[in-house]
Amino acid sequence: MAAVLETIETVGEATDKYKHGFVTEIEMDRAPKGLSEDTVRFISAKKNEPEWLLEWRLEAYRHWLTMTEPMWARVGYPPIDYQDSYYYAAPKSDADRPKSLDEVDPALLDTYAKLGIPLKEQEVLAGVRNVAIDAVFDSVSVATTFKDRLEKDGIIFCAISEAIQNHPELVKKYMGSVVPTSDNFYAALNSAVFTDGSFCYIPKGVRCPMELSTYFRINAAETGQFERTLIVADEGSYVSYLEGCTAPQRDENQLHAAVVELIAMDDAEIKYSTVQNWYPGDEDGKGGIYNFVTKRGICEKRAKISWTQVETGSAITWKYPSCILKGDDSVGEFYSVAITNNRQQADTGTKMLHIGKNTRSRIIAKGISAGKSQSTYRGQVRMNAMAHGARNYTQCDSLLIGDECGAHTVPYIESKNQSARVEHEATTSKVSDDQLFYCRQRGIPEEEALTLIVNGFCREVLQELPMEFAVEAQKLVGISLEGSVG
Amino acid sequence: MNILSIKDLHATVDGKEILKGINLEMGAGEVHAIMGPNGSGKSTLSYVLSGRDGYEVTKGEVLYKGENLMKMLPEERAQAGVFLAFQYPVEIPGVPTVTFLKQAMNSVRKARGEKELDAFEFKKIMDARLKELSIVNDMVRRALNTGFSGGEKKRMEVLQMAMLEPSLAILDETDSGLDIDALKTVADGVNALRAEDRSMLVITHYQRLLDYIVPDHVHVLSAGRIILSGDKSLALELEEKGYADIVAAAA
Repeated sequence: MAAVLETIETVGEATDKYKHGFVTEIEMDRAPKGLSEDTVRFISAKKNEPEWLLEWRLEAYRHWLTMTEPMWARVGYPPIDYQDSYYYAAPKSDADRPKSLDEVDPALLDTYAKLGIPLKEQEVLAGVRNVAIDAVFDSVSVATTFKDRLEKDGIIFCAISEAIQNHPELVKKYMGSVVPTSDNFYAALNSAVFTDGSFCYIPKGVRCPMELSTYFRINAAETGQFERTLIVADEGSYVSYLEGCTAPQRDENQLHAAVVELIAMDDAEIKYSTVQNWYPGDEDGKGGIYNFVTKRGICEKRAKISWTQVETGSAITWKYPSCILKGDDSVGEFYSVAITNNRQQADTGTKMLHIGKNTRSRIIAKGISAGKSQSTYRGQVRMNAMAHGARNYTQCDSLLIGDECGAHTVPYIESKNQSARVEHEATTSKVSDDQLFYCRQRGIPEEEALTLIVNGFCREVLQELPMEFAVEAQKLVGISLEGSVG
Repeated sequence: MNILSIKDLHATVDGKEILKGINLEMGAGEVHAIMGPNGSGKSTLSYVLSGRDGYEVTKGEVLYKGENLMKMLPEERAQAGVFLAFQYPVEIPGVPTVTFLKQAMNSVRKARGEKELDAFEFKKIMDARLKELSIVNDMVRRALNTGFSGGEKKRMEVLQMAMLEPSLAILDETDSGLDIDALKTVADGVNALRAEDRSMLVITHYQRLLDYIVPDHVHVLSAGRIILSGDKSLALELEEKGYADIVAAAA
């Protein structure tokens, strides 16, 4: 098998397009193909879950059966056969789950090393990065670092399957409280078959001393990944959280339907950053991840939730990280860079629901389209009747590279309060030949010039990322745009 | 060997011939002025030399330090030491000037097989150049040329020239859009960069720039050809008589 692995990697390097397109050969434990109540029971049993959770899953599944796939997004793809996919795949060694990093399958650690994730705490302590990481591989959370350090502050950061076992009261109370099982087609599907993800709880008044981070990786073929993340920031606490995603290069499409729920209690602040780099498919649109994600947070009084996303991967992105601004004086922010190239399609944006008084929201969305791709910003701002003095500012900028791509902006604005203020600005521009020539005349090669110009265009958003990841994101911008000029 | 040798250069834009047989020899350290009425092909010449798309050379040759310049990509020409100070410097929003300068310098160094500069080494060089040219630090922190005044944009071109240390600098109507004070400042910057190993091709419509940047040679360009060459007194003569008389006399 090693030879096969090597070949795949070499091919990946030769094409030099998608740097994470390798496959790790590990024995997998899988549920039978297809989706039924039995699949749901299988997953729940595998995870040794309590009865209430199985019921919760089954209810979600039954509801899902009554729902239809949303078709309103500006994306096109052949119908998905939900019976033609695996809903559970775990590295086999999970049967006797590793107790420490030393027991983790070396092949897995290798994979993470390739991804540039220093799982070993020693490396982290050596100053590589001061980040606690939970790594999810296919369906299972593999290892969480820095747990001991975090526990000193009373912070819980672990796989959600672990939280279900060890902190059932917290999970039961909050899971599904922001994104109900019946919320939408993909959220219902996720609720029925989610396999793992991260859980985080920050106690009252605690400022989390380091970045928390989850890396998701889809590895197994024909497998869907359904992770679930739940972050609860208790009163007056603060946490900054980052997720990164990659997947191997495969010809078929793979489904990823995650749910992320954030709860920011009074005076709490959650900063949630995503660098999404799932495999986008090849130049002709073959393969790639279908990324259908539901992310939402709720803000109590004076709380703040800030979403920052850099979306460069996936064949299709369907994603609207949202804020429910329930508490008075709460704040929601959404900073987004979405880059599409070749035949990628992205329909992404946010929802800001202003309920409390003097709530504020700010939306900065930058869409970059190259090749034959299509990029859509879709955003909703709603001022409820009681949202006195609420304010929103939205800015949507689209940048086009070449003349075969498209950019679209679809804002939905609804105000039921006279004193609420909503501002929306939108621009569309092209990378001009003048700009490229100017850079080249100073000695900067064409592709680097394009990266520089696009990074400038995204700057407002990229600077919202935690420092450690801003540099990576800038490089990613360059990689995503390879082959789009000249 | 001359730094630049242009022989019978013909070039078209959108199929229309603009340059109709230019001949020009420039030695190291020389400053040549090219003057001419609007539409004579001045800017076309600067774009052909720097390699802009859409300018097609149909005949003749251009040797730069003995190499065929026309075969090189725009960035390769820049890396080899050809610098164009733009008539209209381009705005690049969101890219801090300092980032741009560092990337440009390191691209050039990399191409020449020199070690790339780290942030500290780069800053040291930049600070020294800023001081020499009396440019305030604030300017390099702003996005490149974005919202700059006409004078600031031209000073930025001079700063870039100072940092990239070209062997051949082409100044395309550097005086356009400048009031007399700004013109003096920019000219002072250019004069400070005159050196034995740096040739300059100063393209201008008006004589007044040449009061400050005094050329060794002056050429008059008309309808895509150099019709008259002389020393700096030719510029003064032009100023006095106007292009029409000179062109008519030369024809």
